[in-house]
Amino acid sequence: MSDIIRLTAAGLAEKLQTREISAVEATQAHLDRIDAVDHDVHAFLHVSNHALDAARRIDDRRTAGEELGPLAGVPLAVKDVLVTTDMPSTSGSRILEGYMSPFDATVVKRAREAGLIPIGKTNMDEFAMGSSTEHSAYGPTRNPWDLGRIPGGSGGGSAAAVAAFEAPLALGSDTGGSIRQPAHVTGTVGVKPTYGAVSRYGAIALASSLDQVGPVTRTVLDAGLLQDVIGGHDPFDSTSLTDAWPSMAEAARDGARGDVLKGLRVGVVKELSGEGFQAGVQSRFDETVALLTKQGAEVVEVRAPHFEYAVSAYYLILPAEASSNLAKFDSVRFGMRVQPDGGGTVEQVMAATRELGFGPEVKRRIILGTYALSAGYYDAYYGSAQKVRTLIQRDFDAAFAQVDVLISPSAPTTAFKFGEKLKDPMAMYLNDVATIPANLAGVPGISVPIGLAPEDGLPVGIQIMAPVREDARLYRVGAAIEALLEQQWGHTLISQAPALGGK
Amino acid sequence: MSEISEEQVAHLANLARIALTPQEISSLTTELDQIVDSIAKVQQVATPDVPATSHPVPLSNVFRPDVVGETLTIEQALQNAPEHDDNRFRVSAILGEEQ
Repeated sequence: MSDIIRLTAAGLAEKLQTREISAVEATQAHLDRIDAVDHDVHAFLHVSNHALDAARRIDDRRTAGEELGPLAGVPLAVKDVLVTTDMPSTSGSRILEGYMSPFDATVVKRAREAGLIPIGKTNMDEFAMGSSTEHSAYGPTRNPWDLGRIPGGSGGGSAAAVAAFEAPLALGSDTGGSIRQPAHVTGTVGVKPTYGAVSRYGAIALASSLDQVGPVTRTVLDAGLLQDVIGGHDPFDSTSLTDAWPSMAEAARDGARGDVLKGLRVGVVKELSGEGFQAGVQSRFDETVALLTKQGAEVVEVRAPHFEYAVSAYYLILPAEASSNLAKFDSVRFGMRVQPDGGGTVEQVMAATRELGFGPEVKRRIILGTYALSAGYYDAYYGSAQKVRTLIQRDFDAAFAQVDVLISPSAPTTAFKFGEKLKDPMAMYLNDVATIPANLAGVPGISVPIGLAPEDGLPVGIQIMAPVREDARLYRVGAAIEALLEQQWGHTLISQAPALGGK
Repeated sequence: MSEISEEQVAHLANLARIALTPQEISSLTTELDQIVDSIAKVQQVATPDVPATSHPVPLSNVFRPDVVGETLTIEQALQNAPEHDDNRFRVSAILGEEQ
């Protein structure tokens, strides 16, 4: 039974197709694993009561000879920012405790239609604001590699769930790195697709011009299989692209077996290295660059002079958009309602509700966003940040005129300890320095594990970025790097994670 | 440098409808001052000749056919309401005594 949870999603899917394993067995194995280790990891806010029923239906359909999708019967963990009809959706906030959505997010709907089994909702920083899950209203998730350290954020729950073998696949959302930075610190794979490649319908909005839903997995191929299920045009999302997309799974398979690195033009982003980057993160990255060169890639250094303004622009644009998106939590139509002492007007009820319902980071960003948008400051802050966005897009355009992909470490440090950055918001914000530029420009990015930092034995990831709409290129190159490294090591990185004790 | 005052934070909290405590206003004032100081550098490169970008992959004229699609039933729309009366959301008084 315990072998089932160690399988990749692709491997499990194969055994489901040949009926060597049933969907019920696969689901039960993961529910048992959650039962055994989630007390320590706390990746889940809710575990589904309906997963086994859904699995049974898949088994029945398969027995009846029905043609099912390639991932039918594979369990899926769902970040709590995505609304689901059969489980509560809180986005990690008290204000939405117990909220039951009357509809499924498009990505969840598509996953169900493809036969995936949603097994639970994963923990996250409140409304996806954070890089550590310490801002979850329901307590932090712990990193399976070291339970005293953060699993990244905001999607630390999804990353920890796949790293701890509680689910082979998970869904995440990435506004400034919330898929890629958790992947980096947990030794897993995370993809932020091109803005508009995956529907945002039913993703509780943080910053609408930055948010993107994507896969969280243990292998590049598994991520490709999941993006193939959730991607593509959705008329319910007005920013959804109408492009016909190639299969990302095919791109990953192609990358893993082929010689895609030969002649590949790779740009190392000068601004995302050196100062502020931990020695062991930098050395593993440099080794990977050397490996790429050895495989025939043409590696050059690329300048992106405006990237140093990215974090600043991001922390104006995000709070501005968030302060307006979160205005809907007004105690009227859904969510918590708090009556002030002695009653009050609807506005006083709203203010009392938002005071109690929101955590400190959410309040901080709403106030910051309200400030950035207020008369007299709008042009200086929000307006300037939007101009920086143009300059960062131009940096990407200039870079992609020279190279096929850009690379950097996915984050400046390995997993930090709980509490280390909690008192210093700017230090926490700077952990997303490598991932934020892609969100500002809308380009896709992937984080792939490349080893352990020698000084602390914790995972390090490489970020690969491609031009808008070139998601397949990420999967091709990501799978090639993954295959090379695993060949060199003789094992996967995640197999080196410490065994979790269980309860 | 940005010199955000406690009065300003209290005003912003009122605009954002969050009943912050005096302690929260005080600590937020310090934090916001530091944050705004470090993010104000966007002004260094945001010169008048640079156009603003609001959306990373701009689309225009995104319309759908003008036909009735899936909508929520009244029960669904009200199922998460803290309070409702018949088919309506129920709230406390809109106007206070002084209004």
